[in-house]
Amino acid sequence: MSTQTIEAEAKTETLTGAEILVRALVDQGVDTIFGYPGGAVLPIYDALFHEPRLHHVLVRHEQGATHAAEGYARSTGKPGVVLVTSGPGATNAITGIVDALMDSIPLVVITGQVATHLIGSDAFQEADTVGITRSCTKHNYLVKRVEDLARVIHEAFHIATSGRPGPVVIDIPKDVQFLPGPYIGPEQAKPLHTYAPKTEGDPAKIAEAVALLAQAKKPILYTGGGIINAGPQASQALRELAHLSGAPVTSTLMGLGAFPASDPQWLGMLGMHGSFEANNAMHDCDVMLCLGARFDDRITGRLDAFSPNSKKVHVDIDPSSINKNVLADIGIVGDAGKVIAAMVATWKTAGYKKADQTDWWADIGRWRARKGFAYRNDAKVIKPQYAIERLYELTKDRETYITTEVGQHQMWAAQFYHFEEPNHWMTSGGLGTMGYGLPAAVGAQMAHRDALVIDIAGEASVQMTMQEFSTAVQFNLPIKIFIINNEWMGMVRQWQQLLHGERYSQSYSQSLPDFVKLAEAMGGVGIRATTPDELDAKILEMIDTPRPVLFDCRVAKEENCFPMIPSGKAHNEMLLGDSGVALDSAIDDEGKMLV
Amino acid sequence: MPPRVNEASEKRTFAVMVDNEPGVLARVVGLFSARGYNIESLTVAETDPVNHASRITIVTSGTPLILEQIRAQLDRLVSIRDVHDVSSDPLGIERELALLKVKGAGEPRAEALRLADIFRAKVVDTTHESFVFELTGASSKIDNFIGLMQPLGLTEVSRTGVLSITRGAD
Repeated sequence: MSTQTIEAEAKTETLTGAEILVRALVDQGVDTIFGYPGGAVLPIYDALFHEPRLHHVLVRHEQGATHAAEGYARSTGKPGVVLVTSGPGATNAITGIVDALMDSIPLVVITGQVATHLIGSDAFQEADTVGITRSCTKHNYLVKRVEDLARVIHEAFHIATSGRPGPVVIDIPKDVQFLPGPYIGPEQAKPLHTYAPKTEGDPAKIAEAVALLAQAKKPILYTGGGIINAGPQASQALRELAHLSGAPVTSTLMGLGAFPASDPQWLGMLGMHGSFEANNAMHDCDVMLCLGARFDDRITGRLDAFSPNSKKVHVDIDPSSINKNVLADIGIVGDAGKVIAAMVATWKTAGYKKADQTDWWADIGRWRARKGFAYRNDAKVIKPQYAIERLYELTKDRETYITTEVGQHQMWAAQFYHFEEPNHWMTSGGLGTMGYGLPAAVGAQMAHRDALVIDIAGEASVQMTMQEFSTAVQFNLPIKIFIINNEWMGMVRQWQQLLHGERYSQSYSQSLPDFVKLAEAMGGVGIRATTPDELDAKILEMIDTPRPVLFDCRVAKEENCFPMIPSGKAHNEMLLGDSGVALDSAIDDEGKMLV
Repeated sequence: MPPRVNEASEKRTFAVMVDNEPGVLARVVGLFSARGYNIESLTVAETDPVNHASRITIVTSGTPLILEQIRAQLDRLVSIRDVHDVSSDPLGIERELALLKVKGAGEPRAEALRLADIFRAKVVDTTHESFVFELTGASSKIDNFIGLMQPLGLTEVSRTGVLSITRGAD
């Protein structure tokens, strides 16, 4: 036996499984967990009872726990931790787990399980959690031996946070929680798996990509959530690369904040509801650097007409993202932050100068002048775009974190709220989960107690996880739920108008609660704005209220979200709000098949 | 735009070294079904008990782009140690084992035995009216043998799916 092993064994302590878990969480630097107790996790809750270093946020539904953990993770860069019971506890958490997988959010989800001898017997509150979560986690574990528990927990944190981040589930049977076993710390825990994601990009390919960028006449940087995941230094490196190369920058929904919206090189978000200038620049560019984004279908539009004349460089930490939807001329596997920093260094070493991009910026100037986000304002009715514009103006000088639900309001938020820094924008991009925003705000506010945390919501989405408003009240989290209330599932209504002959099947939000009374009944504050005149004063009142607020912002009922790349069309075929094209003929039969 | 989109589908054999732990086969199979990839054959067994490693050999098909995706997606699974493209490796060897039951009497029965001899199939069971043959070789050889046995009273076939290894000392 080597001396190292002897030392390691000398340090080993014997704890119960539940105590091992709690100790491991503390040793991993966890300070907040989101959870809900139940029969199969009672020993863990008992161990938590004695652990003041872990703040437990009691949610009202396990889906809320996962979204709150996502909000916490996205706003801090740390993993979010969830603790739920077996059976329904685990199944309720699934939506948030899939959401985290799609958006590459690091989560460690602890689920209780029935005792090992009962597994497979259809016991009370038994579900095959590892089976159910196999396809919706980055990795998962069923820990049947207490001897494995500490190692598994430490490995789970490593897997969740490294490489392309994602959710990891640890299913712990109740008897394992009671049994005594050895505790080992993170530095002693030897990973069983050979998992070792590649983070450094290939220098030869980086040099090739930088050379391509340096001679480009029409370059564009297409950035995504990978830059946020790579940490704040990745955003800094991006800014440097953009300024060195002079290239315009656009971003996916997930990447907003990595590049400051106030920068003259910022084109705004791209994609289905992205800016006219960003999409046209993507179509016409000669060199595209895709940094930490994945050519999602919301981004590319019609694939065979996607950016037809460009050389494409794709930087992604996940090798499977490269050449999945769009072929890359140069594919670089690595951490976006490290690769961009290496590109900056290469640019400087090689002594490259900005290429002449005069014509390119003239093109961009013309597209900008088209004012794709323009809308017709109204003196009597609050336009949803106006509501978000005012919200932005009145909150931009504070430390503000924005979460959203999913739908029209989400797209308007992405268009009209502007971000200067990463980690301040939390939204459900890949899965598109209505009900994400309110619990995500709970999580973000837990991490940033003094900041202003606002969920830009829709009246339909917010009702999906409404009960978490009680969580905010219980934990004195002064989140602001800014409901863009148009009494419709607006995006569904918009698509029904565009694609289904204005047959508004089941998309009207009938029997809405009185949100002001509802807020009061739940122990928070309700505010309503119904006219543009009173909007500013009401928003300021909301900001000044040090308690959770439900803000019922009554907006124009049938506003559509523009510009829009109609399904099955290319980037340069955007539909503008004032283009006068008959909406029902904008999408052809093939396009109708797409989501 | 993508120039490789219309490329023809081809067969590919991957040897996948995995940690032998519960659920690992389900992870691999689940990946194939979730992403709509084909599995033409799949074999699995523990091959290194000391290091808890199993070897899965998968025969799949798709365009070169899809095959590249399959490989990358397999590599993402935490339980997978290594993915080896056997088909593209000049040193790759692929073999399959089959058991066949042929029922018959008289001349067809004698012909079945003669063909089995040519294919170096082993007779592992016999009655007055049947044979069970055991045959090892490349999948195409087994396909041929099955084709020849069809008119001679073939009643049942069992195949292992492809196994693979590379030639040479390494």
